[in-house]
Amino acid sequence: MEPFRTFTSRAVVLPRRDVDTDQIIPARFLKGTTREGLGKWLFSGWRYDATGAPVAEFPLNDPRAEGACILVAGANFGCGSSREHAPWALVDHGFRAVISASIADIFRNNAVKNGLVPAVVDEQAHRALLANPFTEVTVDLQAQEVRAPGMRARFSIDPFARRCLLDGIDELGFLLARSAAITAHERARRREEEP
Amino acid sequence: MERSEAPLRTLFDRIWERHLVQPETAETPAVLFVDLHLVHEVTSPQAFALLRERGLRVRRPDLTLATMDHSTPTTPAGEAGEMVITDPECRVQLDTLEQDCRDFRVELHPLGTEHQGIVHVIGPELGLTQPGRTIVCGDSHTSTHGAFGALAFGIGTSEVAHVLATQCLLQRRPRTMEVRVAGRLGACVTAKDLVLAIISRLGVSGGTGHVLEYSGEAIRALSMEARMTLCNMSIEAGARAGLVAPDDTTFEYLHGRPRAPRGRAWESALARWRILRSDEAAPFDATVEIDASALEPTVTFGTNPGMSAPITGRVPDPEREQEPAARRGLESALRYMGLRPGQPLQGHPIDVVFIGSCTNGRLSDLRAAASVLRGRRVAPRVRTLVVPGSREVKRAAEAEGLHRVFLEAGAEWREPGCSMCIGMNGDQVPPGQSAVSTSNRNFEGRQGPGARTFLASPLTAAAAAVAGALADPRGLVDARAEEGR
Ligand code: SF4
Repeated sequence: MEPFRTFTSRAVVLPRRDVDTDQIIPARFLKGTTREGLGKWLFSGWRYDATGAPVAEFPLNDPRAEGACILVAGANFGCGSSREHAPWALVDHGFRAVISASIADIFRNNAVKNGLVPAVVDEQAHRALLANPFTEVTVDLQAQEVRAPGMRARFSIDPFARRCLLDGIDELGFLLARSAAITAHERARRREEEP
Repeated sequence: MERSEAPLRTLFDRIWERHLVQPETAETPAVLFVDLHLVHEVTSPQAFALLRERGLRVRRPDLTLATMDHSTPTTPAGEAGEMVITDPECRVQLDTLEQDCRDFRVELHPLGTEHQGIVHVIGPELGLTQPGRTIVCGDSHTSTHGAFGALAFGIGTSEVAHVLATQCLLQRRPRTMEVRVAGRLGACVTAKDLVLAIISRLGVSGGTGHVLEYSGEAIRALSMEARMTLCNMSIEAGARAGLVAPDDTTFEYLHGRPRAPRGRAWESALARWRILRSDEAAPFDATVEIDASALEPTVTFGTNPGMSAPITGRVPDPEREQEPAARRGLESALRYMGLRPGQPLQGHPIDVVFIGSCTNGRLSDLRAAASVLRGRRVAPRVRTLVVPGSREVKRAAEAEGLHRVFLEAGAEWREPGCSMCIGMNGDQVPPGQSAVSTSNRNFEGRQGPGARTFLASPLTAAAAAVAGALADPRGLVDARAEEGR
């Protein structure tokens, strides 16, 4: 996983709240067995019309969205299913951070494991960001700060998640290193549960 | 700090503490041991691939169980019981799971076999879902298993790999919320109606970061299958998990199940299970109270499970929403659903009825639907699909002749699986059509691109099938249906 430091780009703004993972990546694109190539189906129900043509008003289709790696989304982003295909699709499309006033639990867990920063800001900062689509925004993970013209706001993120993202630490490696403690736990449980 | 007695603990605390391999600190999450890992074809291939890449084994194949449910066909089987998979992508996904389970020695219940079914239906059926266990699956509706007083939650595919390789997860301790449900549910008001009312009350993010414990008179009166319906949809309020403390109803359900403990092991398990409850006055981070007796059969009208109303109610008017984001959300939901503000819900025409899913695809759900459909016909042009949650449910339903009730009413009787809940296998609601569904999600496009979903109980769904429109099941049902709540 690529370590994350600071990203600056124009922000794509999706003001809707409660965007669920079925919208981020619909179930019909979940039939693959790899993680690659989902970016083109990101938000596909909103991004393309019934004929498959891009919907002009959808923010991702705006020419200014080209190359953007920061998404500002309405509250409770990523609710619904546990599909990790959601962050896979966002990352495959080029996003490296999602900023919102709240982010659903499972999505947030999944995002971190794929180098996508889930940045939760307060309501005031959230409103300011939502009101200014395509402005240049910086997500600084080291300083735990979101910056945009005329604003600077701290964002919250789990300290362990932050460390994993900054140092490219892999959680599986962390768990594998706890093997002895796991074995001890297994033994103790077996003893306890013997009839 | 001095304490004169042991601190008061919740059911959640008791399960959590027992599974801590390493407690959490400010810098690192807890390492939590997992007792049962359920696996299905959609969220596991990339996890097994990672294990291969890193040369890892499955640490505890004995605590891992796989089945096929999302991508499986439900079209009636051939003479010899053979199932035809027409979608090549689904086929690859199913083959991949088979190969992965073979390579990593994981027990698999493949398509067409005795115990195959929706992962959240077969765990309890087999007696693997037991009080006090930690249970995970790459599926958000793993919360279902909380009905047994197990701490059960959905995880992503990276975490599936973590559990396969280490049998553990990195977790921050969630907060707790008690949902107290006083009173009794009225006639034709089911666990589905209750949970829709709870989600409407909490909102779709009201449970975020929390584990819910459902308590109170109404919960104690629920059957195990009804408790599963309730816990199943905890995630729709944003909660990590839902819990119901185990009691005699739980133990009776489990006794004699194929994988439940037997003999002396059963006795010692019972002793451990009986103390799994929250202490009187144990502190929760939040509490909400609901009066069950005030509830009615409920149906969703919008594009998330929090947007629901009593079937006797009307579609709300976005003009009356104070908060701009909520107003816009409601406006766009009504546009998508093809509904007018203020219109009565009853009588709104529908095209499809789906009875099934991990929420309402169990025997009692099918009995409830059959109690409405017995001796009646589904309305012309309404396609009605009845899909049992597992092969076991199908067998039991057929033994009671329920399939004949459905077929005689003009409904389709299918093979088990997720089916139209998610539409991955091709069972979809056509664009622009309205479906009353006993599943759990009414998100845009969930049941197929452009599909309009109204979530409801099996009773309300069956009533809609008969009427060809949203309808109140009360009055259509005799007393027998009451056992299906
Ligand atoms: S029935 Fe629906 S919600 Fe349940 S596991 Fe299957 S797809 Fe998921």
